[in-house]
Amino acid sequence: MSRPLLSLRQVRVSFPIASGLFAKPKALHAVNGVNLDLHPGETLGVVGESGCGKSTLARAILGLVPASAGSISLLGKELTTQSNADWQKTRRDMQVVFQDPLAALNPRMTVGEIIGEPLGVHEPNLSKDERRQRVRTMMKRVGLLPNQINRYPHEFSGGQCQRIGIARALILEPKVVICDEPVSALDVSIQAQIVNLLIKLKHELQLSLIFIAHDLAVVRHISDRVMVMYLGKVVEVADAEELYRQPRHPYSRALLSAIPVPDPDYKRERESKFLRGELPSPLNPPSGCAFRTRCPLADGKCAQEEPGLRSVGGGASYAACHYVG
Amino acid sequence: MLLAVNNLDVRFTTEDGIVQAVNGLNFSLDAGATLGIVGESGSGKSQTALAIMGLLASNGEVSGSIQFKGEELVGVGQRRMNSIRGAHIGMIFQDPMTSLNPYLKVSTQMAEVLVRHRGMGKREAVQESIKMLDAVRIPDAKSRILRYPHEFSGGMRQRVMIAMTLLTRPELLIADEPTTALDVTVQAQILDLLSDLRDEFGVAIVMITHDLGVVADVCDEVLVLYGGQIMEQADARTLFKGPTHPYTRGLLDSIPSLDSDHQSELVAIPGNPPDLLHLPPGCPFEARCAWRHDPCPTHRPVLEAVETAQHRRACHASVAEVRPS
Repeated sequence: MSRPLLSLRQVRVSFPIASGLFAKPKALHAVNGVNLDLHPGETLGVVGESGCGKSTLARAILGLVPASAGSISLLGKELTTQSNADWQKTRRDMQVVFQDPLAALNPRMTVGEIIGEPLGVHEPNLSKDERRQRVRTMMKRVGLLPNQINRYPHEFSGGQCQRIGIARALILEPKVVICDEPVSALDVSIQAQIVNLLIKLKHELQLSLIFIAHDLAVVRHISDRVMVMYLGKVVEVADAEELYRQPRHPYSRALLSAIPVPDPDYKRERESKFLRGELPSPLNPPSGCAFRTRCPLADGKCAQEEPGLRSVGGGASYAACHYVG
Repeated sequence: MLLAVNNLDVRFTTEDGIVQAVNGLNFSLDAGATLGIVGESGSGKSQTALAIMGLLASNGEVSGSIQFKGEELVGVGQRRMNSIRGAHIGMIFQDPMTSLNPYLKVSTQMAEVLVRHRGMGKREAVQESIKMLDAVRIPDAKSRILRYPHEFSGGMRQRVMIAMTLLTRPELLIADEPTTALDVTVQAQILDLLSDLRDEFGVAIVMITHDLGVVADVCDEVLVLYGGQIMEQADARTLFKGPTHPYTRGLLDSIPSLDSDHQSELVAIPGNPPDLLHLPPGCPFEARCAWRHDPCPTHRPVLEAVETAQHRRACHASVAEVRPS
């Protein structure tokens, strides 16, 4: 297999949580020892429920929150220790698309200024005309009309705003794009347009994507591989088809079985079968396996020993559980 | 018949003009039935619910008729509406935190309902509230009722809301996107709970959602709204298995399913939702419709029965053309 573009090793992101005026703050490990490799041209989906650390992971990769331990490297270059000046260079290669398209755009800038701003920073020698030309080409590419270049974000619908956000992310021709819930705020009919656009652009521009979402069907559709997170840890990684066909980790099974399917004849599994109770507090996670308090398979071993990710089923699937394989 | 809505119009007077949020809605609901109202943002689904509850914003205006157990609700006095809302029709909203008073213990908020509408004493009201929290499966209800809303998780808060609404044993429960803010595993629990409560308490449910999976999961009947109008109405099985309206079909085609072709192009609905300030004189979906022909831009299609009287659609194209083969 080709060398990964982006590699994470034992990445941890912790936030200090004050528990009292004079008490020593407790550490909340939002991301707790995550390893991942993103290969050229690959789309890696990240799923999990709120609080699982998927967005914090994205922010750590982008350098928007500091990683408190571990290593993150992009194209062989270590990111966690680099200077702000180096970070600026890194952003040429790695860009982000956010969830709320309207909130991510400056309401006082025209679409042309928004999409062209990264060019102003990274290619200051471009003439004004060249820059506008690049912006126009990119607008066409993401399905916007180039003659709308002087309009403001509020004149566009949510789906179109997301296209503007995507254009801004792609104008520097990055290698890696991190999409944090890019379609969650959109209506169903518009969601499909944006998913199609991302798939098309990924092929045209040879992008590698990290696609974070809570909609499991959308993630399956767009991803080559999918990573399932629970309380800051990776519990399963597998090829998308394989994961959905045969989820191995009890949490993946619970998650998939909970999806409501648009077919009245389909009978969803009742909750009790796979999942019980509530998400434990991330400030005070269970000993051993973090999922054990809700897991139907858990026993004494799970409380003592934390399961590591290991190969299951002989293929490219990895799960962190003592009792699957 | 529990609820009969006839020729319901909802208009909002704004600085930019008149927003036609709901346009000539007709539907009815029997006791104990579950009706799903599906649509995207701006389809008028929430405004329909708020009109029934008499909770429209102050610039909103209702015309037409809403009959609840034979009593006309349009134009009814505030005092009467208050007692209907409290005792006969309950509503739960998307974000339970904003529906609960953060300064009051759950016990105070729940007991208030029974004191006000049932004339119970405080002590008796709290006892009754604990029973209801048990019914919505909040563990350890007796001690948890003494806590504040922020001490509950999102799913538990929604359970509290549901319990509070059911205290007066209403005949109708309107649920406006009740699971949209929740994680999928918690959503599954709440949907199961709603189905159980319907059977247990015989309450009719109007479920407002954008998620077709949720509709298929809990609803018997479905209304599909677009631009404030009914596009198609049918029992869930008919609607999902053989949609006869281009918009219904478009919605169903645009969601990736868990067994669709991986990374294939999704069949998106082109274009954007209609501008409710300037609704076209004809079909609101016309501009985005693949079956559009001559009469569509100018003549608004009327709801007509398809094969059975329970299955209705508003479309100029023939059923055979639109229905998937």
